[in-house]
Amino acid sequence: MSDWVEACAAEDIDEEDVMRFDHGGRTFAIYRSPDDEYFATDGLCTHEKVHLADGLVMDDIIECPKHNGRFNYKTGDARGAPVCVNLKTYPVKVDAGKVLIQIG
Amino acid sequence: MTAITSSAASPRDYSLTGRDARLAVENGLAAAEWYHTEIPRKQMKELMQRSDQPAIRDTIIWLGAFVVSAAGGIWFWGSWWCVPFFFVYGTLYGSSTDSRWHECGHGTAFRTQWMNDAVYQLACFMIMRNPVTWRWSHTRHHTDTIIVGRDPEIAVMRPPDLLRVILNFFGILDAWHAMTDMVRNAAGVISAAEKTFIPEQEQPKAIRVARIWLAIYLVTIALALYLHSWLPLMLVGLPRLYGAWHHVMTGLLQHGGLAENVIDHRLNSRTVYMNPISRFIYWNMNYHVEHHMFPMVPYHALPKLHEMIRHDLPAPTPSILAGYREMIPAFLRQLRNEDYFLKRALPPTAKPYREELHNDNPVAAAAE
Repeated sequence: MSDWVEACAAEDIDEEDVMRFDHGGRTFAIYRSPDDEYFATDGLCTHEKVHLADGLVMDDIIECPKHNGRFNYKTGDARGAPVCVNLKTYPVKVDAGKVLIQIG
Repeated sequence: MTAITSSAASPRDYSLTGRDARLAVENGLAAAEWYHTEIPRKQMKELMQRSDQPAIRDTIIWLGAFVVSAAGGIWFWGSWWCVPFFFVYGTLYGSSTDSRWHECGHGTAFRTQWMNDAVYQLACFMIMRNPVTWRWSHTRHHTDTIIVGRDPEIAVMRPPDLLRVILNFFGILDAWHAMTDMVRNAAGVISAAEKTFIPEQEQPKAIRVARIWLAIYLVTIALALYLHSWLPLMLVGLPRLYGAWHHVMTGLLQHGGLAENVIDHRLNSRTVYMNPISRFIYWNMNYHVEHHMFPMVPYHALPKLHEMIRHDLPAPTPSILAGYREMIPAFLRQLRNEDYFLKRALPPTAKPYREELHNDNPVAAAAE
């Protein structure tokens, strides 16, 4: 059974931005879309293990800060070179102003 | 800046499959964590913001200059008046495409991705760089900048092959290698070195592009033969030779004569102040330390980034001429002693990083 884990306060993340969240020896990236929705993925780029939270969010895309590899952070889909492997995504909900992610 | 002679004894092996490639992995130099100046997230986000407007403006000017210079060259073909037009056309074709390929390959020039892709493909064709192969080689260049045995884009290896450097001001060796690589790829062959940085699923794309390009060159040659004129080749292909001078002139300055096997771009890259025309041709890649440290920042925001972090960087080289005044003697010195390099002095306000990297023997230091 997967648990919901509190990652941060909803207001901690600006719109169209991303934040790093470390938990249980793992690292995640929490996103707030331009439509004020929240999403979560693994925190490291599947290309060379760089923290995506240092990257740029544009619409539904997160761009890795090292090689500009792009993912759709809503689906985890890799969107072209140099990233070829999709990102793992996690369910997210906002409850009482807190962002929670379900870590499997 | 001071000059350093390292005590490392053995010659370098720049092959991507050789001894130094293996040593770089063993010594932790491959895919290492590199230094970057701290910038608050809010400011970094502002710097990284994408915009179509600057690149659309620049691309309209760029394509317009292509059309005008090509039209003038064709109109005056057969007289000396065509020379200045082909000088401009060649410089655009054989040099400005270097920076367009580069910036659009990073995906930072335009906000709209198809615009990046379109200019990338066009520029790759003109600069004769397979868009698949070079996307991946440049990815490696950013991961392992000037790491011997890892970086496939080290322009001047030690000891410097100065004849090769001089010939490349006229694109001679680069174009020859590009052509032989294109024919090899078109025949369906990916080299062992290419296989080290191009993922298997991407390799068929490199082959497909090579076949399309080969067809374009064959059509151009056929047209030249049919017309009994060099003119088609003056417009397609040859400008990569007679117009290469500017991109080689600026490209050598990026890392020439500086340290190898360090994981701090302040020590192996050079920021050079340049005139506005060169900056247009080069799309601000003269801010090269800044670009390597923060490749997410678009070309048009690099001057602002430079002002923001210059306190943490070595003093910029004040001109192209000044760059060559320090680089050429270093190349000549490296002919006698390939361990010699230009050591960058960081300003007193700079944040140190891996102090051992600033010692006299970077190879040994990085290996610790």
